[in-house]
Amino acid sequence: MSGARNAMLRLCLIALSLALWEAAVRLLAVPVYVLPPPSGIFTALYRGIVSTVYVQNLWVTLYETILGFIAGASLAFLLGTVVALSRRTEYFLYPYIIMFQSLPKVALAPLIVVWFGLGLTSKVVNAALIAFFPLMVNTIVGLRSAEEDRVNLMRSLDAREWQIFWMLRLPGALPFIMAGLEVAMIFALIGAIVAEFVGSQAGLGMLVQTLNFNGDVAGAFSILLMLSVLGLLLNQIIVVVRRRVLFWDASEKTAANDASKGAAL
Amino acid sequence: MSRAGLAPAGEAREPRPASVQPMIAVRRLAKSYATKRGGVVALEDIDFAVAEGEFLAILGPSGCGKSTLLKILAGLLPATGGEASLRGTPIAGPRRDIGVVFQSPVLFPWRSVLHNVLLPADVQRLGRAEHERIAFELLSLVGLAGFEHRYPWELSGGMQQRVAIVRALVHDPAMLLMDEPFGALDAMTREQMNLELQRIWLERRKTVVFITHSIPEAVFLADRVLVMTPRPGRIAEIVAVDLPRPRSLDVMSTPDFGAAVKRIRAHFNARGGLVA
Ligand SMILES: Nc1ncnc2c1ncn2[C@@H]1O[C@H](COP(=O)(O)OP(=O)(O)O)[C@@H](O)[C@H]1O
Ligand SMILES: [Mg+2]
Repeated sequence: MSGARNAMLRLCLIALSLALWEAAVRLLAVPVYVLPPPSGIFTALYRGIVSTVYVQNLWVTLYETILGFIAGASLAFLLGTVVALSRRTEYFLYPYIIMFQSLPKVALAPLIVVWFGLGLTSKVVNAALIAFFPLMVNTIVGLRSAEEDRVNLMRSLDAREWQIFWMLRLPGALPFIMAGLEVAMIFALIGAIVAEFVGSQAGLGMLVQTLNFNGDVAGAFSILLMLSVLGLLLNQIIVVVRRRVLFWDASEKTAANDASKGAAL
Repeated sequence: MSRAGLAPAGEAREPRPASVQPMIAVRRLAKSYATKRGGVVALEDIDFAVAEGEFLAILGPSGCGKSTLLKILAGLLPATGGEASLRGTPIAGPRRDIGVVFQSPVLFPWRSVLHNVLLPADVQRLGRAEHERIAFELLSLVGLAGFEHRYPWELSGGMQQRVAIVRALVHDPAMLLMDEPFGALDAMTREQMNLELQRIWLERRKTVVFITHSIPEAVFLADRVLVMTPRPGRIAEIVAVDLPRPRSLDVMSTPDFGAAVKRIRAHFNARGGLVA
């Protein structure tokens, strides 16, 4: 009952803030190249979608993001697993990990575009690179989080190391891995957009920059709107998978870990 | 039952009949941990034997090395001196004929009750169908019929610990090692679990080594109670409890029970109280 009322209230507030925005821009005569009114943004969005320009570029960005996510996440999982299981590997890889971790990865985008060109590859590489770290770190922490008692139980059953991995460490790491995947998905989108900014022939990042350059701020805003919806949808995919995979996780039931994920972003 | 009573200490310390090979034989066992500030002696000069089918309780204050001893028996920890052997062969690592129950249930939340119980069968690649049948049977023996497809978080603490016991039994081990399995339960549940464990033991006749720091629990359950001293852990006395079985909770108010408790408590009073 009160849920429905709250939802109504929420919609009303959104409508109200849009109306205020519209009124303020018109009354104060703010130039459209500074802040366009919502009506202008929605008109631009409508035109862009009807002309299929937006949709074509949306597909490009989505494709880059998904490929980058898959590449970055697979690599992060593999490397994270190796590091978590072998102290030796960790010892030798540690300097590189630390160096890369403290580096703002977006700063590499210009180099990557130089190396991999203006096409799809540079976007995928950049998306993968940025998506890589949060998942690798979470994989390492997750695989190492197995409680001593649980390891002792497995050992007392005469379990082999690979059995301890599959039956205990990996399932126990899933909450961490899923949280890492959630961040990685959004990071992949950021990586793709940044690489498009640096140099590309297609994609929403390219589009937002072109529109901005042409002074079409309403158009740029309409792309931002699409990007935030895209981010939301990509995140939702992971959330749905996580709910299925982690039906047993206590934090899943209290949703208490959402806050920590927000912080990770 | 007036025939119940206490055997003299000297006699109880000897293993059971010499012709039968003991299940566990521990000789001059010692264990010290290496730490940053030198070694910590956890166990020293431990000698005892457990007969096949016997229920032995190990009693001692916190930190006297009970868990250390159990981990050595489970093959999870190497001794630093002496030897422990199981059916004549030295314990050099984990063995498949031992079931271990820890203080906490240690259930995997991603496995249902049934699949938690089947963990030993999965690890040791034992016949699935047969062990599933055994699992169902054991779960109903401990009053958990109908809970097979529930998940651990849906169970109370006592129920979880019963699942842990069933898991330790499912692969039909020769010996059960239990480290304060009921320590985290409330007093009422704990008494119920004691009755339940006795019932399982009478039915299955496994050799049981049961660690506790509750004197009444040790006397109620055990054939013999091995009393340990505080750090470093040594054996103070092994007290035989000859109360008839099955024991009901009423046995706790009999004179024989009281005498056994008193005798054990004397060890701790002499040393300034039971720390646990
Ligand atoms: N891994 C370890 N490293 C160093 N000291 C330990 C370790 N485990 C236990 N100890 C020490 O050994 C002694 C016995 O511990 P424990 O066997 O756990 O006792 P209990 O189970 O009787 O409480 C304690 O003094 C404890 O501090
Ligand atoms: Mg202990």
